[in-house]
Amino acid sequence: MKEKLYSSIFYTLNIRTFASFFEQIHSMITEFAKRFAITALIILGGVSFVVAQTEGHGEVDDHTHDAHGTHDAHSTHDAHDEGHNSLDDGEHGDFVAKDFIIPHIADANEIHFFGDHHNGFSLPLPMIFYVEGKGLDLFMSSEFHGSHATVTATGPNTGTVYIKHPDTGITSEGGESFYDISITKSVFGMMFIMTLLVIMLRSMARSYSKHPGKAPKGLTNVLEPLVLFVRNDIAVPIIGKHKAGKFLPFLLTTFFFIVASNLLGLIPFIGGFNITGTIGVTVVLAFAVFFISTVNGNKNYWGHLFWPPGVPNLVKLLVVPIEVFGMFLKPTVLMIRLTANMTAGHIIILSFVSLVFIFNQNYGEIAGYGMGVFSTLFMIFMYFLELLVAFLQAYVFTLLAAIYFADATQEAHH
Amino acid sequence: MGTLLTPAFGTVFWATLSFLLALFILRKLAWGPILKALQDREESIQEALRSADKAREEMASLNSDNDRLLQEARSTRDAMLKESREMASKVVSDAKAKAKEEASKEVELAREAIQIERKAAIAELKAEVAKLSIDIAERLLCEELKDSDKQKALVDKLIDESTLN
Repeated sequence: MKEKLYSSIFYTLNIRTFASFFEQIHSMITEFAKRFAITALIILGGVSFVVAQTEGHGEVDDHTHDAHGTHDAHSTHDAHDEGHNSLDDGEHGDFVAKDFIIPHIADANEIHFFGDHHNGFSLPLPMIFYVEGKGLDLFMSSEFHGSHATVTATGPNTGTVYIKHPDTGITSEGGESFYDISITKSVFGMMFIMTLLVIMLRSMARSYSKHPGKAPKGLTNVLEPLVLFVRNDIAVPIIGKHKAGKFLPFLLTTFFFIVASNLLGLIPFIGGFNITGTIGVTVVLAFAVFFISTVNGNKNYWGHLFWPPGVPNLVKLLVVPIEVFGMFLKPTVLMIRLTANMTAGHIIILSFVSLVFIFNQNYGEIAGYGMGVFSTLFMIFMYFLELLVAFLQAYVFTLLAAIYFADATQEAHH
Repeated sequence: MGTLLTPAFGTVFWATLSFLLALFILRKLAWGPILKALQDREESIQEALRSADKAREEMASLNSDNDRLLQEARSTRDAMLKESREMASKVVSDAKAKAKEEASKEVELAREAIQIERKAAIAELKAEVAKLSIDIAERLLCEELKDSDKQKALVDKLIDESTLN
């Protein structure tokens, strides 16, 4: 059973399943290359250069201004240091890729569309704090005010002063302990995705009852292959026909949620969601997998875990701790794999953007133009790759979850 | 960097809540009906395929039946045709034979009648001839025996001729 299980995994992992997807991607790329590549290159190259110019200048202006401002006000070294924040670790006005990239992929308390802090446009999100003994504080993130990286806001209910700093996060002024249950960007994105999924899948379910026995069309036609893929290529071959039904709702929800979140993260200009790259989200998914496989573990599963048959007693001393450790390791790896993959994709794309800034700054305008074209090319490539990864990671997560469920529920066979 | 790798309490809280809620709603409203509909459709397709196969088989057997019936009908028709042809020719030949027989009978009768007629005619002719010859003989005798000399001579001659025993 175990050999069979793993061989079936390898068989499924075999390109077969994704062959059509690769083909589609390939034809999309060639089609795109044929029609739009040159135009797109020129336009995007120009745009990225202009962006590099304005943002670069803006930041440089900002920092120098900050520095000057603080100098003027206090003309002390301390004030100068305070005026500086992690946004410029390097030289004055230098572009630091890390400080550009990390805020773009990290969770945030607002959805930032464009521009920098003063003249940019961002959608505030609700901040919710529970201060022990004092009660709940609820206000919008736009309440945070301050001239520099450190911003403060006063809770309308408890009067607690919250201090937000890029390095230390949110703390309270008096050192009071509180729970931060704010609706962050990722939480908002997750709720949005879940709502979208409920609406879409509900309409899909309706279309089946409306036209029973008819060929699917429209949205149903788009979603049905994915549902069939999860059922026929993941759940049924791995868990088995009879037990698959029990786990299918979870596997389907997980798959659709991950795919939708990953795709949402690829849409530009809407705030750069990185839901599946947020560890707080993936830890929940991973824990759900751990919880379900633990709750559903049968006698055979626990027996193999704590008293592996056919293993000499002395070796058991070695094997059992490893197996128990593995039980916790599996969902942890699941969590890290998804988070790291999605975050890495975003980091690579942002790195190419950063290259434009760096070249423009260090080697002049011409280099900036050249890098703009080069970066755009690579970003297009990365976008297609990320499109593939969006599906691939959802597939891998669902597949591994299915394998853990199958492990927990398989019958004795020795 | 720390924010990237540490799960935030709020995120975990809301993620758990929205995931469980979505899972519950989707399970109730979406996955159940969708999976059931898919299964039903697959079964109906399977059923349709099976019945199509069955229909095809039936059609094939029906076709062969038809062929067989046609063959039978054709051979029956051939046999009937042959029989009727034979019958017809037999009737014709019978009729011919009968006609021939009738004709020959007719001819025979006619021949017999002719024979009778001829015999009658011959008999009549004989009688006529006899009458005629008697007449002639009478006239001849009358002519011959007009005078008594001659009569006497004849009687003498006749007496001479007759040998008296």
